[in-house]
Amino acid sequence: MNWKRLEVLLPLVGVVVLLAVWSVVTSLRIVDPVLLPSPAATFKALWTGMFHGKLGVDFIKTVERTIYSTIIAAIVAIPFGILLGSSERLYRSVEFLIDFFRSTPASAMFPLFLVLFGVGDRTKIFVATFGAALVILFNVAYGVMNARKTRILAAKVMGASRLRVLWDVMLLESMPATFVGLRNGVSLALVIVVVAEMFIGSVDGLGQRVFEAQQMFEMPDMYAAIFAAGALGYGLNLLFLTIERRFVHWSGK
Amino acid sequence: MELSANARAAATRTAPHVTIRGLSKRFADATIYDNFDFDIPRGKLMSVFGPNGCGKSTLINMIAGLFPADKGEILFDGQPLNKIKFGYVFQNYREAVFPWLSAFDNIAYPLKVMGVPKKERNLKVEKIVASLNVKIDLNLYPYQMSGGQQQLVSIMRALVVDPEILFLDEPFSALDYEMTLFMREQLQRVFVETHTTTVLVSHDLEEAVYLSDRILLLSRHPARPVEFVHYDAPRPRTDKTMTEAEFISTKAHCLEIFQREVRKG
Repeated sequence: MNWKRLEVLLPLVGVVVLLAVWSVVTSLRIVDPVLLPSPAATFKALWTGMFHGKLGVDFIKTVERTIYSTIIAAIVAIPFGILLGSSERLYRSVEFLIDFFRSTPASAMFPLFLVLFGVGDRTKIFVATFGAALVILFNVAYGVMNARKTRILAAKVMGASRLRVLWDVMLLESMPATFVGLRNGVSLALVIVVVAEMFIGSVDGLGQRVFEAQQMFEMPDMYAAIFAAGALGYGLNLLFLTIERRFVHWSGK
Repeated sequence: MELSANARAAATRTAPHVTIRGLSKRFADATIYDNFDFDIPRGKLMSVFGPNGCGKSTLINMIAGLFPADKGEILFDGQPLNKIKFGYVFQNYREAVFPWLSAFDNIAYPLKVMGVPKKERNLKVEKIVASLNVKIDLNLYPYQMSGGQQQLVSIMRALVVDPEILFLDEPFSALDYEMTLFMREQLQRVFVETHTTTVLVSHDLEEAVYLSDRILLLSRHPARPVEFVHYDAPRPRTDKTMTEAEFISTKAHCLEIFQREVRKG
């Protein structure tokens, strides 16, 4: 009975073990404390950085860029995905291009986008948009293409027009795949934004924070920024999962 | 029940309800129908039965316009399909109902397509639910229901438009036996109350005979009507019906023809 109740704590076991090992390693000085500060020092740096220092500002900046690029990507990619998915011939004719650019590391596009949009925010956001949009596009198109034929037929025999079938059936059928695309898209956008913040003459953002702390040898700050980035990635994924469970309640059932 | 004023009016006339002339259909590897003629009688429950792959489902799919015939003409009281109201029930209910809509909204959906105002839609759904004496929580989503309940929802969805003709493509074959028996009774009840012309594709001869007034026995493809068996036992039919001599002999007769056709393969 008591054991059953304790089972909800299982996910914490890994965290506790990691912290324990980390504490032991730092207190026994197995690793140079300059390279690996203690958990206490790291979380203190995280706390003060987030609530009293620059880390909080950088965190917000990275959130903004990631969200903007995901939103722009979704606005562009979802309609195109539906269009491409509703005609298998159309999709097949551009499939290679989508797969090719989807496989191209978005970071390889930085120099090009720098030339096009300069060193400001726009470059970071647009490179991330580029990466996220292709992931979303691909998932939406497949979601629409794989819409259950029976369901489409069912709507047709009830007299639904092509537009109504697209709107009432295909669009909703593609929702689970669309959300997979959005979740992957936002993760990718975060990766690209953080990398962009490190290398393109940035003055703010989590990427810049990690990079700067490392340059200054402020190791607790660097680890703090890494944890902040991890928490952000995890949080964004959780946010989209929550939205998905609420609005696509039939997914996977 | 008023549900089917249309159907009742149709049933009083005696001309065939559906006329099929010169129907031809080829798939890549086989000719399924070649110049097929048939009349579907009005106000009867008719089953289509035949060897595997002879085109039972193909026939009602073409009649209901799910896919086009290569050649031929199918008329409903002399009118094309797009002029009439009909209902269609799929075998695979799981993929035919809309999981994003509640059971109630699923049933109301064809009315929405027809542009019926919401108030009237609700009334019609409530009426059909009451007439079938259905005791399901219609606020549930399909994935929260049993298979039989989902199929019941899709049958009600087909009936809610007050169809002149109802097509069912092996509607019970994905259900367990207990549910199948229950659903047969539901279908019989619908038919007794509405006398809607009904075309049922079945792979279960006992079911076909038990439910039907007419059984169309098809040959192997290219399919042609081998025999149009009449079975006029009074309704409501019950378990006892299946023990009566007429039922047994009708079933035996159909089975004999079926096996003869299978052996020809």
